[in-house]
Formats: sequence, structure tokens, C-alpha cells
Amino acid sequence: MLVIHRDICGYCGACVSVCPEGALELIDAYLTVDDRCTACRICTRICPLGALEVADEATV
Amino acid sequence: MKRRYDVLVVGGGPGGAIAARTAAEKGLSACLIEKRPAIGVPVRCAEGIGKETLKGFIEPDDRWISAEVHGAQFVAPDGTSMSVERKMAGSKVGYILDRKIFDRELVWQAAAAGADIFVKTRAVAPILDDGRVRGATVSFCGEDRKVEADVVIAADGIESKFARWCGLDTTVPMRELMSCAQYVLADIDIDPYVTVFYFGNRIAPEGYIWVFPKGVRMANVGIGISGRKSRDGHRARQLLDRFIADTFPRGKMVECIVGGVSVCRPLPCTVADGLMVVGDAARLADPMTGGGIANAMITGKLAAGVAAEAIGKGDVGRDSLRGYDDAWRSSVMGKSLEKNYRIKEIFITLDDAKLNALIQTGSRLDLKDFSVLTLVKELMKRNPKMLLELKNLYAVLK
Repeated sequence: MLVIHRDICGYCGACVSVCPEGALELIDAYLTVDDRCTACRICTRICPLGALEVADEATV
Repeated sequence: MKRRYDVLVVGGGPGGAIAARTAAEKGLSACLIEKRPAIGVPVRCAEGIGKETLKGFIEPDDRWISAEVHGAQFVAPDGTSMSVERKMAGSKVGYILDRKIFDRELVWQAAAAGADIFVKTRAVAPILDDGRVRGATVSFCGEDRKVEADVVIAADGIESKFARWCGLDTTVPMRELMSCAQYVLADIDIDPYVTVFYFGNRIAPEGYIWVFPKGVRMANVGIGISGRKSRDGHRARQLLDRFIADTFPRGKMVECIVGGVSVCRPLPCTVADGLMVVGDAARLADPMTGGGIANAMITGKLAAGVAAEAIGKGDVGRDSLRGYDDAWRSSVMGKSLEKNYRIKEIFITLDDAKLNALIQTGSRLDLKDFSVLTLVKELMKRNPKMLLELKNLYAVLK
């Protein structure tokens, strides 16, 4: 599952634009992810700050 | 907030503001909503714009111009630099804006023209009627309201969702999303009249680092790198921090900005029944420079104009709105977007040795009659190893 590190996130919305599922949304300064996320990791790659991470289900 | 408008504009950046202002000037009832609690912040922009384009929309005003730019400097990976001065750059000279004030001014103008403005108001879903867009459900400070409109103009920027909810695929390919970071750096030694661009696959892969003056001893210092080159330990902000440690070690960071800029081709179609998409939301940032303000204003104005005609005719279907899509594609802006896309695709293939050769040649040229085309011709003569790339570039430019 996708973990959003809110202390790192710069709420810029770059991740929203590359999400093929439309699972991310930026609500002012708050990024949300819904159950359409397939953990494809595209957003974790492009984040300018490294605020997104796909964590193993078992470790969450 | 009324329950019905002729035009509902989603997003309060330059594209949305010009759309709302134009719609109101044409006698339409217009409403602009902005999800953030204030217009103009947070800034997510390097703030550069060409002088002539800007003047087509608003009279330049010192209140929102941080710097007037007279020339540009291009720095190669090996440190060679090439300068292009005002007399050679012609109409290319421009301004570095203060977007916090600039965006507010544009929205105030929309309000003065008669548009309703609501901040902290977010579109949460389109109102769809048999696939046609008829307005939007908006969350107004947390309270859901239905706002009907003949035409919705989606001006919701890089993080656009509205067009996607209406069935348009707005996904930016990973390799064509520039992952960007920028600081406003204070107390640094810069030329306050010159923009500087640093190239190199080590410092900014498939992108560049910019230093855009914001006045005396102050600048936007930022970086854009291709999404496919971004990874842990090698992200936009980390690469920028390395550059700043080398180049402006004593600079003071007074603002930290991140963002994404699309350098893909525009959406294949920017209209649907009752819907028009403008600016960054339509993926209309310039693929070569990453600049998006001008194209957002141009398309905002065009969209509102076509919306007024369509509403006047009583037909806001896709075919009726298609005049907007045709208009921007066949405009100077549309042609330049396609040309710059193809130039970008060639540029990102150049390794550092080739980038060095390009800028070394440019720095030796007498640039009195400078044009990109004459530069490329000269480069072809002097850099036989790059003939293939340069031939391709020449073919795009001529």
C-alpha cells in the first residue's frame, strides 16, 4: 500500500498528474490516496521530495 | 453563490482568471472557484514570462514584476557559457513575475468584470447528465453545493482531476513529467537582469537548472529533471541542494517550492460536451522551457470566447466547443508547442560531450544576427560528430 509521509510532502500535486488510475488527489495541502491505487510506484519515483513509499502489507 | 451560471471555472490560476474575466466581459454570468484559501499561494512556478505575450493580457505593473530580464546565459556541463543579449533575443526578453501578487491581480480583474469568486471551494464531482457536463458539485468550506453551468472550464492545473472525472485521460507519462524543486535564494551574487540556464546529465538529467532573478541579490533557483531519472538519493531537491552547495553556498533559502511540469504533447482533445480544458490541466506547458503561464492565459481567453459563442447559439456540445480546440492548435502557440516538443525530444538525447560542443560553438559565434536556425547551421559546420542530431533539429526548425 502507498504510504504518504506528510512531514516530507510538499503538496505540489506532481504525483496526481502521473497516476494512471486517478487514485491520488490533492486537497489544498492534503494529499489523498484511494483504493484504486495499484502500488505501481510511478508516483514514488517522480516525487521531487521522496514523500511517497510503497510499504509491504506485512510491515504496515 | 448562485445555483446556476453560464460558465463555471475550476481553478484560480492565470488560465482560470483570464477565462472568468473574458467570460464576464462577454456578458456571461461566470463563477470562478479556487480550492485553496487564497489566490496566488503556494507559488509553484519559476515565474518567467515573455514581455509581449504578457502585454496581450494585462498592462505590466511594478507591483507584480520582480525583475525585467534583458538577456539569457546558457552554461554547459564543462562550464563554458554562452550569452544571448537583448538586441539578439528580440521579443524573447521578459519578466520574472511575483505570482503571489500577479495571480491576485488577475482574479481581481475577473471580479471587477463581474465574475463571482469563491476560495476554499473545491470541485468534488462533475454534474453529468447522459455523459454531458452540466456543472459541478462543489465543496464550499466543507459544505457540498450543486452549481449548474452551461460550460465548465477546467483550469485546475497539473494536479487536474476534473477533466479525468469527465472521461478524458489526463495521465502524464512518467518520463514526460518534470520533477521540480526551487528555492527563493536571498543574498546571492547574480546579475539581476539575466536568466541563467545550466545543462548537464549529471546535474539535471533531461532538464536544466535555472537561476531567474527576483531583484538585487535574490533569485528563483530551481531544477527540473525527467520523472524517469528521479529516484531515491537522486531526486530534484537533492540535485538542487548539491548545485546550491557548489554555486551559492552562502545563499539563504527564504522559500521552498516543489512541483511537476508536463513536457508531453497536449491532451488529444481539450473539449467534451459542456467541458473545456485550459492551461496546465490540458498539458499545455511548453515542452522545451516548461513555461506554462502564457499558454494558460491564451487558452483561457480562447475557451471563454468560444464558450460565449456556443452559449449564444444554445449548443454547448462537443462539436460546438471544438472551435476552441481547433483555434489553439492552429495558433502560433499550438504550432510552437509541437515544434518545441520535437526539439525537446532531440535535446534529451544529447550527452554531456554534445552539450559542451553545442554551447562551445555558440559561445564562439558572432551572434549579431542571432537566430536559433543560424546557430544550428553554424553548429552543423563545426560539429561533424553531431550531424545526425543537428540535421533532425534543423528539419524541425526550418
